[in-house]
Amino acid sequence: MLELEHLSKTYADGTRALSDINLSVRQAEIVSLIGGSGCGKTTLLRLIAGLDRSSAGAIRLDGELLSGPHPSVGIVFQEPRLLPWLSVFENIAFGLEHLGANERKARVEHALDKIGLSEHAKRWPRDLSGGQQQRVAIARAFVTNPTVLLLDEPFSALDAFTRASLHEHLLGLWEETRPTVVLVTHDVQEAVTLADRAVVMQPKPGRIFDELSLTLSRPRDKTGLAFENSVRRVLTALDHSLNPSQQQPQRERDRQAAALWW
Amino acid sequence: MTGNATSHAWSSQQGAAALAAPSLAEKRRAFDWRILLGFLLPIAVALLWEAAVRFGLAQGRLVPPPSRIFAALWSLAETGELWTHVWTTLWRVLTGFIIGAVTGIVFGALSGSGETVRRLLDPTLQALRAIPSIAWVPLFILWLGIFEASKVALIAVGVFFPVYLGIAGAILSVDRKLVEVGHVFRLSRFKLAKRILLPAVLPEAVIALRSGLGLGFMFVVAAEFMGASEGLGYLLVDGQQMGKPDQILAAIIAFALLGKLADSLLVLLTKPLVRWQDTVRERL
Repeated sequence: MLELEHLSKTYADGTRALSDINLSVRQAEIVSLIGGSGCGKTTLLRLIAGLDRSSAGAIRLDGELLSGPHPSVGIVFQEPRLLPWLSVFENIAFGLEHLGANERKARVEHALDKIGLSEHAKRWPRDLSGGQQQRVAIARAFVTNPTVLLLDEPFSALDAFTRASLHEHLLGLWEETRPTVVLVTHDVQEAVTLADRAVVMQPKPGRIFDELSLTLSRPRDKTGLAFENSVRRVLTALDHSLNPSQQQPQRERDRQAAALWW
Repeated sequence: MTGNATSHAWSSQQGAAALAAPSLAEKRRAFDWRILLGFLLPIAVALLWEAAVRFGLAQGRLVPPPSRIFAALWSLAETGELWTHVWTTLWRVLTGFIIGAVTGIVFGALSGSGETVRRLLDPTLQALRAIPSIAWVPLFILWLGIFEASKVALIAVGVFFPVYLGIAGAILSVDRKLVEVGHVFRLSRFKLAKRILLPAVLPEAVIALRSGLGLGFMFVVAAEFMGASEGLGYLLVDGQQMGKPDQILAAIIAFALLGKLADSLLVLLTKPLVRWQDTVRERL
């Protein structure tokens, strides 16, 4: 269980990036943070990853207070961020230095197999396409068996086809160890494809506007009516989040409408 | 008729071969004749000058024709004199380069790795850098004598600054995003330096070392001008004093060859370290 309690972040120049974020994510739940740009999604993720420090509040993982990078928390960035001087294999093995050679090899080979890049193990990152590089980055985060995996818009730079195939690779890896996943995205389709719950955020200062649960069965049929409805619900919530004048009544009505659909 | 048909078959076959993209190995094997274009101008000038001197159009006393330069070079090589000079010069450059490069790397790494250290070191070193290195010569001679030590010291000073600047700059420009990957995997300061900073600065470090080596060759001449009995720089001074322009030009050619050779060797030795780089260099 990942818990964020009254989390706030104010930058040195006085910008309030996040204010009073309260969120708890169950074990094995996939939560997507969605919202317009500048609403603090990435900042929130960087706080959980321990790359930045919060101004106030606490982050707990299974009761343990997180302060800085934690071995059970993995992150995939917006860009692949592979180390260009390491081969694909060595990149995936980057976080496994503490393991024995055999264990390391087994884990990396398994991950390579899962992402379908076994034959590219010895190549340099520069020889891979953008989508392949991002697959390697996802594998690098997964091989350490994190209990929490943070994804910071990892598919935003990819075309629709590549993105769809990466969603499947991601879910394939997720099925194995079922970590808690926090996915930042601005793509509603992506949120509905992957997440159990969508958390809609609002900018200035970054805060949580609404939460919608997406209880569709997996694997999800992207052409089905239920999927379409979920997308519409999230879009409506997003619309209201950007239009704060009428936020409160709309939010309630949306809840009711959602209940009717089911 | 038949002849026509066969020729048609031929041309279509050739056409197909031309259309098929050449494999990488073939591309590499094929010699690019345009490289020779670069030799055209100097060879033409040399031949023209040679002809002009042969046919009495020019005297060639102060600007000797190529044949006389190579004769001078040959006679120096035959007597073994050339090799003593070459080895002396090479030894000086190498010693100076190693001392300058090592201190440059150490100070560059210190200055690049910590804000406080940089504020402490960098202003002094930048001030020293502003001094023309040749200005140290009298002081070095007073301190270290007129023999090898002062010469090596001058070369080391010349090599130090480009290496220092290159290394410090390279460390400062390492991508924050890659460093964060190290933070995520909780690398210690030492591990971070070894696994991320060091490999990331290598390409720029190689460039810094190359420009350092180039300056090393520049300063060895200056060092040998200030009184030497051996070395290619001595050959230059000797040629001037004895009025032997062919010897001067022979020494200059030797310098050019040595400099190019040393640089190529450095590139060759460091190539395995920067093989991963995604640059156009391999395609150029």
